[in-house]
Amino acid sequence: MLSLQAATVRFGERAALDAVDLEVADHRISCVLGPSGSGKSTLLRAVAGLQPMDGGRVLLAGQDQAGVPVHRRGLGLMFQDHQLFPHRDVGSNVAFGLRMHGVGRAETNARVRELLELVGLPGAERRAVAALSGGEQQRVALARALAPRPKLLMLDEPLGQLDRSLRERLVVELRTLFQELGTTVLAVTHDQGEAFALADRVVVMRDGRIAQEGTPLDVWQRPASAFVARFLGFDNVTAATVTGQAAATAWGKVPVPEGSPQGEVDLLVRPAGVRIGAPEDGLRCTVGVRTFRGNHVTVRLLPENAPVLEAECALRDTPDEGAVVGIRFDAAETVVLAGAGMPSGA
Amino acid sequence: MRLGLMAVPVAFFALFFAYPVTAIVGRGLKAEGDWQFGRIGEVLSRPDILDVLWFTTWQALASTALTLLIALPGAYVFARFDFPGKQVLRAVVTVPFVLPTVVVGTAFLALLGRGGLLDELWGVRLDTTVWAILLAHVFFNYAVVVRTVGGLWSQLDPRQEEAARVLGAGRFAAFRRVTLPALAPAVAAAALMVFLFTFTSFGVVQILGGPAYSTLEVEIYRQTAQLLDLPTAAVLTLVQFAAVGGILAVHAATVRRRERALKLVDPAQTSRRPRGAGQWALLGGVLLTALLLILLPLGVLVERSFDGPGGYGFGYYEALQSVGAGGSSTFLVPPLEAVGNSLRYALVATLIALVIGGLAAAALTRRAGRLVRGFDALLMLPLGVSAVTVGFGFLITLDKPPLDLRTSWILVPLAQALVGVPFVVRTMLPVLRAVDDRLREAAAVLGASPLRAWREVDLPLVRRAVLVAAGFAFAVSLGEFGATVFIARPDNPTLPVAVARLLGRSGELNYGQAMALSTILMLVCAVSLLLLERIRTDRSGEF
Repeated sequence: MLSLQAATVRFGERAALDAVDLEVADHRISCVLGPSGSGKSTLLRAVAGLQPMDGGRVLLAGQDQAGVPVHRRGLGLMFQDHQLFPHRDVGSNVAFGLRMHGVGRAETNARVRELLELVGLPGAERRAVAALSGGEQQRVALARALAPRPKLLMLDEPLGQLDRSLRERLVVELRTLFQELGTTVLAVTHDQGEAFALADRVVVMRDGRIAQEGTPLDVWQRPASAFVARFLGFDNVTAATVTGQAAATAWGKVPVPEGSPQGEVDLLVRPAGVRIGAPEDGLRCTVGVRTFRGNHVTVRLLPENAPVLEAECALRDTPDEGAVVGIRFDAAETVVLAGAGMPSGA
Repeated sequence: MRLGLMAVPVAFFALFFAYPVTAIVGRGLKAEGDWQFGRIGEVLSRPDILDVLWFTTWQALASTALTLLIALPGAYVFARFDFPGKQVLRAVVTVPFVLPTVVVGTAFLALLGRGGLLDELWGVRLDTTVWAILLAHVFFNYAVVVRTVGGLWSQLDPRQEEAARVLGAGRFAAFRRVTLPALAPAVAAAALMVFLFTFTSFGVVQILGGPAYSTLEVEIYRQTAQLLDLPTAAVLTLVQFAAVGGILAVHAATVRRRERALKLVDPAQTSRRPRGAGQWALLGGVLLTALLLILLPLGVLVERSFDGPGGYGFGYYEALQSVGAGGSSTFLVPPLEAVGNSLRYALVATLIALVIGGLAAAALTRRAGRLVRGFDALLMLPLGVSAVTVGFGFLITLDKPPLDLRTSWILVPLAQALVGVPFVVRTMLPVLRAVDDRLREAAAVLGASPLRAWREVDLPLVRRAVLVAAGFAFAVSLGEFGATVFIARPDNPTLPVAVARLLGRSGELNYGQAMALSTILMLVCAVSLLLLERIRTDRSGEF
């Protein structure tokens, strides 16, 4: 459906998009994930034609979009803060795209009714936009974007402004809805939870380049670089020298899976791979702050003369704060990342 | 496209503003085809001219200071207190601002002048003192300060000050460190506007100043119309032009500073009923000031218009329907016809101002380079450049083919539109700029072409502002005096011109008719303003 070829956008000296290649397959949900300033919003704007490009091409269904103005691209875009038209009611907001495409009145009304039902707001046509809650506005914005049946629906931080519980519910609803409709979706977000719950395919961006691309499971299991690992929320990343099935690190020797790359690398130890035992049993650490997360606990461990470690353990095995423990590492939960000193994203 | 939008306003200003003004300055400073810049030095070293310059400056400074002193407490009260009748009172205090200066002068004459209210009660006359001028200027500009400063004040989040208090600042320290800095640019902008209006004051000084006091604008009028001394008038026009240019440059800088991000909240959340004796006293003081300063002069004006020689009645109003009732040839037509003339002219002037100002505002919407910003400031110039010069300039430039408009009625609306345009731009621009660009983008993504997006998004959002702008343009067109007095034909006088002519003649009947005509003019202005106040819910504009 969508294909970017060496897409480049520069703001002065800084490249917001640096020769990005990206494919979005039909009927798939792709999610671009990255910290703010990584160029993900610029990517959406470039595809929509709202941001002129300094190089490269945007192809929609094989057609080069250079010279095609925004309003002729036939895309849907849901803005970060929805951007509903304040002077129109809900029905007229949803009908806007249909009117622009010259759809007749009867058909428009039917389509508006259908979409409002689809997003769970049946009969809301006459309501004022200002009177809607955040979640309702989000639904109306979605209905408005879907109404003209866009080739590609783009979502800019679709759930960014909503509170946590609503976000978790809506993300599931959205995924189910898009799968039912067979919509091709390109979403951008800085929230990894949102991205992994929504997407068939995740694209991690950094400084205008793609740092990693793959299925959510791929990316989650095998982060491509220290940057991606840290961005996903893993803090146990350190420089290491791998020899055979062992890595020399600041935390001592850490076992790594068979067939790992050798030499100077970055190493990730997932919190679940940090096993807590008796003080004389492995690396000695003092227990720091504990964070309770439902059925497990994240524990900060302070080794002597080494960086802080994070461990995950079951509720009943949680050590007391201030206790002295010993730790071992599980080879199955360690990942050798790209070589140390190599440019990230390579 | 932006340049295309700008072409029409630029052409309009070039033809109907720059050309007449340059021509008349040229006529004054050129002799046998050569520029005589030496005349500038000659004129500026004449003691009588220096007196005028000095008076113009110090009365403007004094008026500005006095206005701030009286109106700032009012701005606070309107911003932070809720009290019954607040909406109506806000409209009432704005009436003077759109009143023709001639009416303001007349009202103060009725209050402070010979045979005025104070004269009758205590034998006090102020009409030959500078106090009459200063008070009339405060009366006229009270609303400028209340609206500009109070509008912003009401949108400042009180929690900012509360945060400072919690951090240990005393009540006064919190005001000085938090509220005052946020307010300062608005106060400065308002003060500059007041200074601009009082520096170029014409109608008020013309009526209240007598022979003793004369501002630059009045002097330009005297030199042009009475002494036919064009070189002196040209030099004075240039001096005023330079001064106004300087004021506007400073104003533009302060406004730009004000546009910088301030966290604003809904005014409805920030005001509450006064609490404690101090706050009630402040409210009472402000209400009393408004009553004495604004309602009293207007009330006296109305009262005088009914107070005929044979007791109260419609005598003066009836006299307005006939020609030369006073046995004089003041008018070729019954003065009452001026009402119809004024309404017709003002309507056409409003249309012109809306088209020109609307195009300019649309072109200026997106913040852009220096060129556009310069144009922005340039649009304000007609507010300050000598209207007398513009009017006289019309007469000497638009009198030959292809533009022979000397005998055409359109001349008056054209001159009036010049002062209307700045109001249209100032009212519409903040609203247009506040329209989130992403709304237009949302429309574009949904399939709206740029023109369609403007029609579907911008236009509905600014419709209200357009109406407000139209109302202001109508009111200032109705009251325009300096230029109109030159170009209105004797058989087609406008209301302010007719009032001035009546005041210029002696006799009780003429005086009474002037009061009656002023009352009519005031009513027309007040009604259009009250209609506006009903429409207007947002106070984001500058006026």
